[in-house]
Amino acid sequence: MTQETEAESIITDEMRANVGKESAPQTLEVTTTAIRMFARAVGHTDQIYYDEEYAKSKGHRSIVAPPAFFGTGIYNPKHGGGAGGANLMLPNGRVLRGLDGGREFEYTGVEICAGDVLTAVSKTVDLSERKSSLGMMMITRRQTTYTNQNGEVVAHAYGTSLQY
Amino acid sequence: MADQVYWDDLNEGDEVPTLVKKVSTQQLVMWAAASGDFYQIHYDERFAKNNKLQGIIVHGALKCAFLGQYLHDWAGEKGAIKGYQVSYRGMDYPNQEILCKGVVTKKYEQDGEHIVDLDIWTETGAADEGDDRPKNEVGLKTTPGSARVALPVRG
Repeated sequence: MTQETEAESIITDEMRANVGKESAPQTLEVTTTAIRMFARAVGHTDQIYYDEEYAKSKGHRSIVAPPAFFGTGIYNPKHGGGAGGANLMLPNGRVLRGLDGGREFEYTGVEICAGDVLTAVSKTVDLSERKSSLGMMMITRRQTTYTNQNGEVVAHAYGTSLQY
Repeated sequence: MADQVYWDDLNEGDEVPTLVKKVSTQQLVMWAAASGDFYQIHYDERFAKNNKLQGIIVHGALKCAFLGQYLHDWAGEKGAIKGYQVSYRGMDYPNQEILCKGVVTKKYEQDGEHIVDLDIWTETGAADEGDDRPKNEVGLKTTPGSARVALPVRG
């Protein structure tokens, strides 16, 4: 790959056209197993993330979703998307590498517990690019709203992703 | 987890006790499975280097979750995280401490709740002796952010 190619804009017309468009709703299951896996990977020690009886004794409906956990998408091979996080191929054949830029969460106060089924709706709210030490860097900011099975919004989230 | 912290007892400028984390590549694989992020830069060194990185890097989202643990444990049973945000400004590597730190920036009441705002961040700590993976200089703030936490008042 030449220097000139790396200095070119990497935002395609298709990406621009996608700004502001809401995604199809994504269903996320909040299961006891996934909560424990998440809590274990982080190193949480609070028993409300592991022990259902303990969580109930503290006034929770079941074990609780730890901060930044919003359940697991329903995988089915016929819908593709098996492995989250991958290099992206542009129509011109250029491969875009990715980095996570940051996250933001606003909780509404409605607790997320095992047994909940959340619906996430996302949209790109900003798309920009700048030159970086890794070459031209595209910065995408997406907004996601999470709603539970009772129609209550549980959180608003923003995510920034970087591609280069 | 420490004793319950109360809103009454806090002042702007107070520091939140540090939470020390450190990840092995094994923990990164556990996180990949738990989060569904299977991007190879977090477990395949050759792939990471081909992506212009120095080596395997820690998932930004894991550092975000560490700061979530930090806030949750500090807020205690009667506290609640209202929201928080983080930016992944620098990369972290396995086998070097990631210190979760925070300081109270504002204390106020809102909608009947007692709130503190905090600056939060991760900072690099000591690295494993003799580990040949890439390392950061000690004291580098790689993940700055902020948080809003509701706390109980003394009855």
